[in-house]
Amino acid sequence: MLKIENLTAEIDGKQILKGITLEVPAGEVHAIMGPNGSGKSTLSYVLSGREGYEVTGGSATFNGQDILAMEPEDRAATGLFLAFQYPVELPGVGNANFMRTALNAIRRARGEAEVDAMQFLKLSRAKIKALQMSEDMLKRNVNVGFSGGEKKRNEVLQMALLEPKLAILDETDSGLDIDALKIVADGVNAMRGPGFSALVITHYQRLLDHITPDRVHVLMGGRIVKSGGPELAHALEAEGYAKVAA
Amino acid sequence: MPAVAETLETLKSTQEGGYKWGFHTDIEMEFAPKGLNEDIVRFISAKKNEPAWLLEWRLKAFAIWQKMEEPDWAAVNYPKIDYQDAFYYAAPKQKIAPKSLDEVDPELLRTYEKLGIPLREQERLQGIAVDAVFDSVSVATSYKERLGKEGVIFCSISEAVHNHPELVRQYLGSVVPQGDNYFAALNSAVFTDGSFVYIPKGVRCPMELSTYFRINAQNTGQFERTLIIAEAGSHVSYLEGCTAPQRDENQLHAAVVELVAMDDATIKYSTVQNWYPGDSEGRGGIYNFVTKRGACRGARSKISWTQVETGSAITWKYPSCILLGDDSVGEFYSVAVTNNRQQADTGTKMWHIGKNTRSTIVSKGISAGQGQNTYRGLVKISPKATGARNFTQCDSLLIGDQCGAHTVPYIENRCMSAKVEHEATTSRIAEDQLFYCRARGLNQEEAVGLIVNGFCREVLKELPMEFAVEAQKLLQISLEGSVG
Repeated sequence: MLKIENLTAEIDGKQILKGITLEVPAGEVHAIMGPNGSGKSTLSYVLSGREGYEVTGGSATFNGQDILAMEPEDRAATGLFLAFQYPVELPGVGNANFMRTALNAIRRARGEAEVDAMQFLKLSRAKIKALQMSEDMLKRNVNVGFSGGEKKRNEVLQMALLEPKLAILDETDSGLDIDALKIVADGVNAMRGPGFSALVITHYQRLLDHITPDRVHVLMGGRIVKSGGPELAHALEAEGYAKVAA
Repeated sequence: MPAVAETLETLKSTQEGGYKWGFHTDIEMEFAPKGLNEDIVRFISAKKNEPAWLLEWRLKAFAIWQKMEEPDWAAVNYPKIDYQDAFYYAAPKQKIAPKSLDEVDPELLRTYEKLGIPLREQERLQGIAVDAVFDSVSVATSYKERLGKEGVIFCSISEAVHNHPELVRQYLGSVVPQGDNYFAALNSAVFTDGSFVYIPKGVRCPMELSTYFRINAQNTGQFERTLIIAEAGSHVSYLEGCTAPQRDENQLHAAVVELVAMDDATIKYSTVQNWYPGDSEGRGGIYNFVTKRGACRGARSKISWTQVETGSAITWKYPSCILLGDDSVGEFYSVAVTNNRQQADTGTKMWHIGKNTRSTIVSKGISAGQGQNTYRGLVKISPKATGARNFTQCDSLLIGDQCGAHTVPYIENRCMSAKVEHEATTSRIAEDQLFYCRARGLNQEEAVGLIVNGFCREVLKELPMEFAVEAQKLLQISLEGSVG
């Protein structure tokens, strides 16, 4: 379970998170909705350990471990996964090689045996098939020349391969057409189960039509101003943030 | 060494942050007296039992060298070298030349095993014949018999002088003459060993040929000389690897490599250079002043240089092609890494003389720590080289803010119909790339390794498989500790 308590953080001396308290129990999917500039991406970066985001107070633990004290790669090894809002291009680095390197780094950190190239090929093909993606994806360089939709699908593929315990999806729905949106949603839904929880960060209700969250939180001005069930997302869509949060 | 053991070894050395090839072998050595003069040249020639013509050739080179000035145009700084304060000949003491591996000093065999270069043929990774040069002499060449069946000659150059004098005499110095430059002249006077390859007409060499150079003795220069001749329609792929023990003083390495390709012949020459680079303060390390040049003498011949330069305190090296034959092709693929206080001034010369000659230059420079990396290249197109084409791409990657990357491309085009293209980029490893990798579970070093290997991919894919794997690991180890 992810437990965030009174978390505050700043970038370049400017306070963005002003005291966030949130619990995501194991097996649950929570959505965080909020307008631009409310601190949604900052929250995802703080949780995954990006440099330049300074935690000034509060705590965040995952299954009792203080994740804020860990290096980003150690957070990944404990089962945290961030699906990037803007996936990064790695020229010359093959996607299959990247994912196998990542998978083995995590397995090594956990004291598990590494997978060899053949095992990985088998594994990745199975995941690609389940996600209805093209095998071409494995041969290309990481995100290089990918369309916006392909980049997001690649994030979902990585998530499926790395099998995290907690996934943070940072506006994974932005820039997706309806088919891609469905693939992304199917990818997340396929992972749902007692050992998997997710924090789905989004602007819009439409992703939540496909991934039904257990809870919805409204983030505004660096604070969670309202929490509720899936119906809260519909209310936001119908009436806007200002009115719902008031 | 099996791949798994090697991986473990690499991992271990990565963790310890050391140069894993830095050990030295205790073995009884024979030295020439310290210093350099005509008598030393005679001493070396006598030690090797050379014919009179070769001694004459050496003495002529020595006379030229004495009149020359050490070049200072490269963008490298080092204290003046005292050429009298070094040994020019050092050899493992062995009463008679070994006829087979069983006669080679077991200590030497162990050294090569430690380096991951088992010389015993049954242990060799299949398909690679090795010539091993330890300090000044070649200690063993494997797979000789099998190559002999195809008429391929692969032996040390000393052996070639005795067994194939007509070939050596015809080609030695024909691509890099004695007076070509200061270091080539020095090499011509005092070269001690190196490899010799001859591929007869129409023969496709059945395996990769490889030479492994090892400097062991203290205060010793290594001056090897390599000569490769590919007759019409032949094909050969040659690999070269180098390491040296970790020592506080600098050691000089001034090699000369000459390649000759006749009609329709192809020579592929790959180097993974990992001489000791010195420590993080810039103490010690090899001065690598090397002249490498290939002559595409025949029509449609092709010479391709691929180099991965991770070692040496100073690298001064420009593997070049003289494109004499019509439709001949020259290629240069290079990765040069400078970390800590390393300095590299490296590049190529492509000299287009024949019609429709083509050349490709892909240079990837990586600078980290306080390393300085210079690409220096010349594309020269003669008036008669109609239809000549060149494409040059120079990319520099900077890691940290105290290193430097410099690009000095010269183009001399005297032919109206020639086409010359040049592209250059300089970039940094972006913070978002590092974070993306780390968020996926890679640590800082793995992330840098992956990004750098991606940056170098166009060059690494030119290397034979075995070498490419080794080179990737080397890149990662060389850059360790350079970020964060």
